Amino acid sequence: MRINPKYTQWGAVTILTSATIFTILILVFIIFFILEKGLPVLGLSFLTENPQEMGKAGGIFPTLIGTIILPVFALLIATPLGISTSVYLAEYTKETRITKVIRFGTDCLAGIPSIIFGLFGYIFFVITLGFGWSILSGGLTLAVMVLPTIIRTSEEAIRAVPNSYRKVSFSLGASRWQTVKKVVLPNALPGIVTGIMLSIGRSIGETAAVIFTAGSSLRIPSSVFDSTRTMAVHFYILAREGISSENAYGTAATLIIAVLFVNLLAYYTMHRFIAKRS
Amino acid sequence: MKLVGEKGVQRILMITALSAISSLLLIALFIFSEGLPFIFKYGAGNFLLANEWDPNTGHFGIFPMIMSSVWVTLGAMVVGAPLGIAGAIFLSEYASPIIMKIVKPTIELLAAIPSVVYGFIGVMVLAPVIRNNLGGPGLSLLAGCIILGIMILPTVISISIDSILAVPRSYREGSLALGATTWQTTHMVTIKAARSGIVASIILGLGRAIGETMAVIMVAGNSVNIPNSALDSVRTLTANIALEMSYATGMHREALFATGVILFIIIMILNSIASVAIRNRNAKK
Repeated sequence: MRINPKYTQWGAVTILTSATIFTILILVFIIFFILEKGLPVLGLSFLTENPQEMGKAGGIFPTLIGTIILPVFALLIATPLGISTSVYLAEYTKETRITKVIRFGTDCLAGIPSIIFGLFGYIFFVITLGFGWSILSGGLTLAVMVLPTIIRTSEEAIRAVPNSYRKVSFSLGASRWQTVKKVVLPNALPGIVTGIMLSIGRSIGETAAVIFTAGSSLRIPSSVFDSTRTMAVHFYILAREGISSENAYGTAATLIIAVLFVNLLAYYTMHRFIAKRS
Repeated sequence: MKLVGEKGVQRILMITALSAISSLLLIALFIFSEGLPFIFKYGAGNFLLANEWDPNTGHFGIFPMIMSSVWVTLGAMVVGAPLGIAGAIFLSEYASPIIMKIVKPTIELLAAIPSVVYGFIGVMVLAPVIRNNLGGPGLSLLAGCIILGIMILPTVISISIDSILAVPRSYREGSLALGATTWQTTHMVTIKAARSGIVASIILGLGRAIGETMAVIMVAGNSVNIPNSALDSVRTLTANIALEMSYATGMHREALFATGVILFIIIMILNSIASVAIRNRNAKK
């Protein structure tokens, strides 16, 4: 029996549309569910007070510090490495065996699950190099983890800079490095910033890689050799050990707001960048 | 740059460019050097195929965890792949450009939500629904599949969209000119042409699902057993590492690193297949 193509057309479009709407509803539900339960807990005192009884009462101030310090530390290391890798790939070489190897390594690194980064960071930074559970170990581990994101987004941004810009710079007698520094990088900056933002977002939400490298101390760190606890780790401990579901919701809401803010900022920067290019 | 000169700059850039690949090698080196000796000592067969995991008595069989990881991942595919591919087809072939512009970044936000939050939603919302309607403990294989299925949606959708959009317009125009409806064009022409990219998106989703840790720990229940039904509590390879790493020492710790070795190998194989599939897509263009 043949079904009229008009009906299959109608049926298919209906199914595809509902699948898309369903996907969006899941996202909306997650965000609203967390915010609805968490926002009443969230307030200035929740953000600025120290936790009491392992987080059963009080606020999340030390985890806020950890959540800011760790990604910043990671990005301080990953950004220069990532950008110079992308400059090398996009400006200094043609497609050779070396670039293929670099690209393959970057892709593989991007696919490695965070628990493996956690294992690696633990055995390498915490144990072998003797950094202990610390901001140093956690930051270095996160740096390795976000490196592929920075490399990819920066390379795309650099390749999007029109060739005529480079030609003008060269014709004025500038060297390759002068061209990169004065012309290419400034023009690629918004795209590079997008990559940095996305990496910060990923670092903020990371748990598995952080808990085994930065530890989970609730004290405010005084040096990079101190352990720290991020909001994501704090939330995980609160939720998993059933310490306080109220404070878990509050922490989750803060976490979601931070991650959404950073990601929306990234999209906004990218959007401006694309609008300027076209 | 007078300090180092042009040649010097190039050399410095090249050295930094090796940072990603050397990190990868360093990770492999350290995970393998901690885990591989254990596998040889304990015996690969005993390690991979034995059912008993009891570090106190020196039993380190990860077969139940392997089966749990396989089932959770396949289940996540059943949930996530059709939904994701349908979404990708809708957005790239049927939605107006404005909707695409708004919806695609929105869906990518799903990827930005931390995995602990997914796990928490699973515990608070999904597990009670399963417990009350289907029975069992609620924290189960099924809950893991659904949560992971949702978590892989952004991966499946965005890579599928890229591959569908990479199909030349002339293919579609040819089909439409022959009198096919847009749906006939989509499923007979466009999807066939975009097949290798869509397969890649599913394989990358597989990799993401099998490597996911925190969400699975929270929703899947974590008992070590080979699942008999979707309502059983299960422990995946990743959960096994994360749950016991904080207190493991000696042989036990080596066994956890050995579990990491197995995970690393699985992920590398999946990623290599995906990158070959993506290269096929790009080569066709």
